[in-house]
Amino acid sequence: MSEQSKLISRRDVLRGVGIAGAAAAAGPVSLLSTPDAVAAAPEPAQAAQPAAREAFENLTATEADLLEAIVDRLIPSDALGPGAREARAAHYIDRALGGALASSRQAYASGLSSLDRYARASRGKGFLELSPADKDSVLMDVESGSVTPGIFAGNSGQFFNLVLNHTRQGTFGDPYYGGNANFVGWDLLQYPGVRTMVTAVDQKALESGQLKANHKSAYDFEGFNKATARLDSHAGDMKHGD
Amino acid sequence: MATRLKDTDVVVIGLGAAGGVAVLPLAQAGLEVIGLEAGGAMTRRDFAPDEIRNNVRGWPMLTSHKTNQEAPTVRATASANAVQGGHPMMNAIGGTSLHYWAQHWRLNPWDFKVVSETRRRYGASRVPKGSTVEDWPFGYEEIEPYYEKIEYELGVSGQAGNLNGKIDQRGNPFEGPRRREYPMPPLRWTAFHEKMAAAAKGLGWHPFPGPAAINSKSYQNRSGCMYHGFCNTGGCHVDAKNSTAVTTIPRAQATNHFKAVTGATVTSINVDSQARASGVTYLVNGEEFFQPAKVVLLASFCYENSRLLLLSKSSAFPDGLSNNHRQVGKHYFSHHQGGQVSALFPFNIGAWYGLPAQGVAVDDWADDNFDHAGVDFIGGGNLWAMSDRRPITAAGMNTYGLAPSWGSQWKAFIRENADRSHSSYLQKTTLPYEENFLDLDPVVKDPLGLPVIRITGEYKDNERKVAAFAQDKMEEWYRAAGAIQINRGPVGGAMGASTHAYGGTRMGDNAETNVVNRWGMSHEVPNLGVLGGSVMGTSGAHNPTHTVQALAWRTAEHIVKNWKSIAPTTSQ
Repeated sequence: MSEQSKLISRRDVLRGVGIAGAAAAAGPVSLLSTPDAVAAAPEPAQAAQPAAREAFENLTATEADLLEAIVDRLIPSDALGPGAREARAAHYIDRALGGALASSRQAYASGLSSLDRYARASRGKGFLELSPADKDSVLMDVESGSVTPGIFAGNSGQFFNLVLNHTRQGTFGDPYYGGNANFVGWDLLQYPGVRTMVTAVDQKALESGQLKANHKSAYDFEGFNKATARLDSHAGDMKHGD
Repeated sequence: MATRLKDTDVVVIGLGAAGGVAVLPLAQAGLEVIGLEAGGAMTRRDFAPDEIRNNVRGWPMLTSHKTNQEAPTVRATASANAVQGGHPMMNAIGGTSLHYWAQHWRLNPWDFKVVSETRRRYGASRVPKGSTVEDWPFGYEEIEPYYEKIEYELGVSGQAGNLNGKIDQRGNPFEGPRRREYPMPPLRWTAFHEKMAAAAKGLGWHPFPGPAAINSKSYQNRSGCMYHGFCNTGGCHVDAKNSTAVTTIPRAQATNHFKAVTGATVTSINVDSQARASGVTYLVNGEEFFQPAKVVLLASFCYENSRLLLLSKSSAFPDGLSNNHRQVGKHYFSHHQGGQVSALFPFNIGAWYGLPAQGVAVDDWADDNFDHAGVDFIGGGNLWAMSDRRPITAAGMNTYGLAPSWGSQWKAFIRENADRSHSSYLQKTTLPYEENFLDLDPVVKDPLGLPVIRITGEYKDNERKVAAFAQDKMEEWYRAAGAIQINRGPVGGAMGASTHAYGGTRMGDNAETNVVNRWGMSHEVPNLGVLGGSVMGTSGAHNPTHTVQALAWRTAEHIVKNWKSIAPTTSQ
């Protein structure tokens, strides 16, 4: 809880001084500055771009822009409703890269810059400037891994799968972790939501399509310990054993 | 130097599914019992319905520092390099019984007599070549009272299929005879379970609700199941999952004859000048203690049971404790859990809530429940159709070639089909073989510098044939229930570290081929007992925990009844 309010206050500080745009130009270090250091920084000119989007905690602005553009293609916003961008999947990933997914931080740094390099080499434009169809075709190349050697360190398909898995986590996971904003992921799946009790009557309602989404996080229910919810471990993704 | 603690009657190493059961009859008999547990204690407050934490990031197993630091290395054959993977079990009061699926099956009578029954029915040549399988030293009727004991002491929900020889078609008609009903009715079925049961009946099969160590109604002042959907790799938020942490362990504590020590990493079992167990040495936060005991019970899961014996060397046991016959680590196997089948249905199946232990089973193709004259394997598979779905898992579903795995087309596919897929759980007979075994890894060590266990194992012809056969039957069942797409997983491969791990300290009358006797006591060290799947010589086609717990209770009761002859009388 205190961590979350800390995040908000840093975000507010960054916004308040309009530093986000400047940080985007300056590179990764500025965003990691302490609020004090940021406050002490020279006031940027009023002409600086207003903060178009919220600051990220771990990704550089360039990385964040690329990741936002990728998740937007993986689970796009379309006629069926909002997608991964609206779910704030990139924010989920960014936050987790400072904790449970820290072991993937380097893969993101390397993978995102390689993907943009591949877009320029093969399509003549940076990934962000491509049309949606061209973005998809670049992502298909990255997914298959057949045309990217030399540009990607290692197998680009592994990077693609990493981002896809994390995008799903950020879209369909509990909102406690910063993604699935407004429960857009659960609504997409028509998952009626986390409950602590499901009666036989509820089950019948589910089966007849009558069970309404309750839009609750696990931690909206009283009594669950949160202390272990954010891990510092480098566990990566584990499949269940039984 | 280790601090020598006050003597006790019995020290139990590990307070999971097995050790957590054994402490109760020991303490109830008035013996002074100390349980050493490497993990800590958790409560219902720790069990939030949180898929990211439980299923994606692998909590609560990640809180389990000891198992994570000593995960086994794995190789398929003796000529391959062994690579360290993950550890499937966790350390805590209650161990993995905190968050397991809690399917609570009795073995079939055939499982105790695989060799003699196969010879009798099909001829000696049908026992697979290279297998070291033996009959158990006793039959089903010997363990039956202990199955019943566990069903009532912990609480198991289910439907009897054979009550004193009388078949009840609502239950499993292939089960061995039981003297009593389950203490609770089975967990409820969903409309999909009803549909699967009707499809099985249409095929002439015998579907029934599977047994679960989960309360279907209030039992022992604990709640019935809430069916909330986070049971898989999750502890229970209402204590309806009958882990030893909420059943036998607190009752043992209430006797005032049992004390649990948490954070204790056991490094060796010690012996006295007469080659009897004298107690155990353990570390808590780096501080070393010696706990003297008249009887030592080793209950630290399959891998650690063999490992700790092999690490406990002395002049009387130069190759490891109870290993003068070189049997520790032999006859190792794990359930062949690969080769599952998944299906896509043209309708929602309502699986968002529920649990893996809730569902419909078919045993027509398990064990020796059908005539094997026309097939080229022995054993078979239990077919299990359960409820288990959560959103991230659902989003990762197989698209059966009908859609890509991302983009707008995928989004449309997942919106329609997120609740339309189903994955089987086929539990299949797996046998021990000469070539599959556990030993100490010559290279990889834990942070204390002690070698980890090394698994050498692969599934053989019989296992692969059983798996393909079970897949055929599962596909037939899915199709009969209306499935429109089927996917079959690959069968065979190396035996990775498993929750269903057997052998290494096998039970049998012959000390040349077994580590413990019919009571679970070491052939070589009369006051050392071993608990867990490591004593089991066959797996059958059903989950191990019920058998593990029935045997644990039986060994503990044997110690109580024979205390004077088992406990050393001279001072150590």
